[in-house]
Amino acid sequence: MQKKKGMKYVGDSRIPAENRKPNVPKDYTEYPGKTEPFWPNFLLKEWLVGAVFLIGFLILTVSAEPPLEKMADPTDSSYIPMPDWYFLFLYQLLKYSYASNEFIIFGTVIIPGLAFGALLLAPFLDRGPERRPLKRPLATGFMMLAIASITYLTWEAAANHDWEKAKAQGQIPEASIDTEDEGYKIAEANGCISCHGSDLAGNGSNPSLIGTGLTAEEIADIARNGNGNMPAGLFTGSEEELKIMAEYLANLKEEGK
Amino acid sequence: MLNRIYNWVDERLDITPLWRDIADHEVPEHVNPAHHFSAFVYCFGGLTFFIVVIQILSGMFLAMYYVPDIENAWQSVYYLQYEVAYGKIIRSMHHWGASLAIVMMFLHMLRVFFQGAYKKPRELNWIVGVLIFFVMLGLGLTGYLLPWDMKALFATKVTLNIIESVPFIGEHLKVFIAGDSEIVGAQTITRFFAIHVFFLPAALLGLIALHFIMIRKQGISGPL
Repeated sequence: MQKKKGMKYVGDSRIPAENRKPNVPKDYTEYPGKTEPFWPNFLLKEWLVGAVFLIGFLILTVSAEPPLEKMADPTDSSYIPMPDWYFLFLYQLLKYSYASNEFIIFGTVIIPGLAFGALLLAPFLDRGPERRPLKRPLATGFMMLAIASITYLTWEAAANHDWEKAKAQGQIPEASIDTEDEGYKIAEANGCISCHGSDLAGNGSNPSLIGTGLTAEEIADIARNGNGNMPAGLFTGSEEELKIMAEYLANLKEEGK
Repeated sequence: MLNRIYNWVDERLDITPLWRDIADHEVPEHVNPAHHFSAFVYCFGGLTFFIVVIQILSGMFLAMYYVPDIENAWQSVYYLQYEVAYGKIIRSMHHWGASLAIVMMFLHMLRVFFQGAYKKPRELNWIVGVLIFFVMLGLGLTGYLLPWDMKALFATKVTLNIIESVPFIGEHLKVFIAGDSEIVGAQTITRFFAIHVFFLPAALLGLIALHFIMIRKQGISGPL
């Protein structure tokens, strides 16, 4: 702001000392219809809408627990990935033969690129003066097509997803392991936990020892003689210790089962 | 008392023009749900902004506990969710708020699109709006990795494969985002964290400011 001659200022600042703007609302009587001021009339109504929305939102947040799966384990190659729901349509697109393998670029770049590019440039693609949806059939038609495609792809992705298995594969193992138990200490001393994990919940291809459904005799046999990838002779303790450990492992149950 | 404080500040800083500019803008009848119930469609944009505010606030509280590190990320989220008082609600707000923001933004976009409100002279504001849409999708994408649970890791691997398939720059882009051409790990989580918490929110706030300034300049589009 340029200082004008003859004007008085507050100290050496640029704020004029006189003729300050009065703090009164604008006159709305000249505006058409039931126009009203933003402050405070309309803002109060907006807050009402906001309050109702917030109540609904808070009910949702306390009633639906945010999902948390078990800690990321990069060695689990059998895990079926699933993006958040609003990316499902893009994800589903990659499952069609014309948008995968050698045509992957269609699924990842060209089709989404065209769709989102057209969305970004909509004002320059639909330039007529008409605003009513029915008077601009191309714009309306393409948007309807896009909505229908997104809905269909999301639906297909959700319908083809094995939700039961997805729930099971990510579950946090919830057995409370008593590390002070004699059986656990024997398992620890014999190196069981280096493969099956200190929580005995398995690790990659090494199975969980919790809730195996095996009897103590079967577990004792596996500990002595191995099973699958597990070599024989890993257990080096006495026959007495083997019995205690096998009993302990056979009695480990998954919580909630 | 309040008036005297206001006058004291106004004498020194001349804040009345600024304040009148915020307070005095007329709200036309056709966008006011109190007069026409169908005008509730004009609420979607404001509600999107409301959720953005919720996301920023709940995110600030999440950041008090969250550790962006492969050893501790999951542990810190688990601790927050099951040990911290009301931690579950804070995380729930941030988790469901993300979905709801996408829904509200989509509805707002459909309202503007089907009313043809993006036409001259409002082309620039439409473009800024679509950029906000992209930034929000980016926030959703990067936020999905941060809890470092199974779905986070494997969904991110898919995302990185998609990015890798982009011709010419795909490889570089993937290394830029993940921090390594093969490993999705410590580097990835810190990068996603920085993008989610610093880069994208900064971009989002700048774009939202532009969005609002343009609305104030041009006024809301008239009735059909």
